[in-house]
Amino acid sequence: MTTNGENSREDEIKADKDIDRQTESEQVQEKQQQVHKVSIRNLEAWFGSKQALKNINLDVEQKTATSVIGPSGCGKTTLIKCLNRMHEMTPGAKAKGQVIIDGMDIYARNIDPVIIKRRIGMVFQKPNPFPTMSIYDNVVAGLKLNGIRDKRLMDEIVKDSLEGAALWDEVKNELGKPGMGLSGGQQQRLCIARALAMQPEVLLMDEPTSALDPVASSKIEDLVHDLKKRYTVIIVTHNMQQAARVSDHTAFMYLGELIEYSPTKKMFENPEKELTERYISGKFG
Amino acid sequence: MLRSRGVNLQEGPRTNYKERLQDIMLRRSSRRRLVDKVVSISAIFSVILAVILLGSILIEVVINGARALSINFLTQPPGAIGSGLGGIGPAIEGTLIVVGLASAIGAPVGVLAGIYLSEFAGNGIFPSSVRFFSDVLVGLPSIVIGIVAYISLVLTLGSFSVWAGALALSIIMIPIVVRVTEETLKVVPNSMKEAGHSLGIPKRTIILHIVLKSAKSGVITGIILAISRIAGETAPLIMTILGTDLFFTSLTGPVDALPLRIWRLVSQPYQYAHDFGWGAALILILMVLGMSLGLRLLAHRRGFKIGTIAA
Ligand SMILES: Nc1ncnc2c1ncn2[C@@H]1O[C@H](COP(=O)(O)OP(=O)(O)OP(=O)(O)O)[C@@H](O)[C@H]1O
Ligand SMILES: [Mg+2]
Repeated sequence: MTTNGENSREDEIKADKDIDRQTESEQVQEKQQQVHKVSIRNLEAWFGSKQALKNINLDVEQKTATSVIGPSGCGKTTLIKCLNRMHEMTPGAKAKGQVIIDGMDIYARNIDPVIIKRRIGMVFQKPNPFPTMSIYDNVVAGLKLNGIRDKRLMDEIVKDSLEGAALWDEVKNELGKPGMGLSGGQQQRLCIARALAMQPEVLLMDEPTSALDPVASSKIEDLVHDLKKRYTVIIVTHNMQQAARVSDHTAFMYLGELIEYSPTKKMFENPEKELTERYISGKFG
Repeated sequence: MLRSRGVNLQEGPRTNYKERLQDIMLRRSSRRRLVDKVVSISAIFSVILAVILLGSILIEVVINGARALSINFLTQPPGAIGSGLGGIGPAIEGTLIVVGLASAIGAPVGVLAGIYLSEFAGNGIFPSSVRFFSDVLVGLPSIVIGIVAYISLVLTLGSFSVWAGALALSIIMIPIVVRVTEETLKVVPNSMKEAGHSLGIPKRTIILHIVLKSAKSGVITGIILAISRIAGETAPLIMTILGTDLFFTSLTGPVDALPLRIWRLVSQPYQYAHDFGWGAALILILMVLGMSLGLRLLAHRRGFKIGTIAA
C-alpha cells in the first residue's frame, strides 16, 4: 500500500478526470434532450377495430406543464395512457408508433412495459388510494411492492413525496390511518404523492380535479405549478381556465386527432386553427 | 326503450306531465307504504323464526351434550357397546386430521383456481366450463362424491384410508372456495388494479398484495363456509375412512370422525349412547365455531399497523 501510494493517487486523479469527462458528455446529452423530454411520433391507438388516436405527433419539453384539451371522447385519456403503456392493458386495445422518452422508445420491442410504468407517474381522474393501506403504506406502495425494504429510506421518501404533494402538513401526525379516511382532495394529493414516491421523470394526470370542489382543485393547480419545476407534467383537463392557468403548452384534440399544439398563451389568445378557436370560445364541446 | 307501437306523439292534446306524474306517484306512495310495512314485518318475523329454530337446536344440543362431557369422554376410545364407558377421542382426532388435510388441499387449490378464473382466464371455453362444472359440483349430493372416491381410491388401493376421505372432502370443498373466491375478487374495483399497474408493480404482486388483500374477508368467509360444510359430512366418509374405535395409526388406514361417531352412537338402543351422541354433536359444533373464529381473528390481526413513521 505505502509503496503504491503515489501511484494509486495518480490513478484516482485520472479516474476523477474520466468521471468529469463522462459527466460533461452526459450534460451535453442532457442538454440535447432537454428540448424534448417526450416525443410522440406517428402514434395510433385502437380499441378493437375502433381507432381512437390518429397519427399523433407531439414534442413535450422537459420541466414544463402541458395540457391536453378537447371535447369528451376525443382521445385525451387514450393519449396519456399510451405514454406509459397503460393503454394496451385494456382487452382488445393496441397502439402503434413511437413514444420516445429521454431518447428511448418505450414501444421498442425489448422494453418491459412494467419498468416503463415505474418511471412515469400517473394520476387518475378519480382518486384511487389503496383501501387496505394506511397513508404511509399508500405512499410507499409502489416501492414496497417492488421490493424496497429500507425503512429509513422509505421514511424519507414518504416525507418528501407528501411535501411534494402538499399534503404533509395535513397528515404528518396520522400516517398510520387508512388512506380512505381522507377527503376527496386529500386522497387525490395522496395519489400524487404515491406517484411521486417512485421518483418519476414524467407525471401524467388525467383530469385530476374533475372529482374535486373548487378549493381542492385550486390546491392541485398550485401543486402542478410546483411540480413542473421538478417534473415534466402532462395534464388532461376539461377546464379551459385550468389549462390556461397551469400549463406552458396546450394540445387541442378532436376526434382522435391532434388539431393544434402551441404555447398556451398563443393557443388561447390567437389560435391557428378555426376549430380550436371555436372550441376555446365554447361554440362546441 | 320506446316501442314505436306504443308511442304516438301526434295523438291527442299534450297532457300535463307534472300533474300526471304526481298523481301516479301519490297513488303509488300510499301503496308503497303498505308494501313497506308488510315486507318489513315479514322480514322481522322470518328473522325471529330463524333465530328461534337455530337457537332451540343449539340449546337442545348444549343441554343434552353437556351431560356427556368429561375428560374421559374427550380422550378415551369408545368402550364396549352397552357398557356406558369410553369416549369419542378417536373421532375428534380423526375429524381434525381428515378435515385438516382436506382443507390443506382444498383451500389453496380453490383460492388459486378462483384467482385464475377472475384475473387470468377471461371468458373462453375452458374457463367457462370450469365455472359451469364448479357450479354443478357444488350442487352434487355428497354421497355421489363418496361413491366416486370409494370406487377410484378405496377399491383400487385396497383399503379405506384417511387419504381417500380427505380427498373426497376436498373435492366437496374446492368448488365452493373457487366460486366464492372468483366472485369476491371480481368486485374489487378495477381502479385498484389500474393504480397498481401505474406504479409498475408486477401483476402477481398486485393480485397478491392489493386485490387479494381487499378481498380477504370474503375469501376467508368462503373458506370457513366450505370447512364448516365438510366438517359435518357423513356420507362420503362412510365410504372412504369407514370409521373405527381405534385412534389414528396411518394415513393409509381407516380412522374415525365425529359425524360417523354421532351416527353410530345414536343408532344404538342405549340412553347413555344417545347422550354421547349429543356430546359429540356439541363438540363438532364447538370445533366449527372455534375454527371460524380462529380464521377470522387471523385475518383481522394484520390491520393498519404496518409502517408508522416517527415524525
Ligand atoms: N375501453 C374502451 N373500449 C372501447 N372504446 C373505448 C374505450 N375507452 C375509450 N373508448 C373510445 O375511445 C375514444 C377515446 O376515448 P377517451 O377515453 O380517450 O376520451 P377522452 O378524451 O378521455 O374523453 P373524456 O373527456 O370523456 O374523458 C372514445 O370514442 C371512446 O368511445
Ligand atoms: Mg378521459
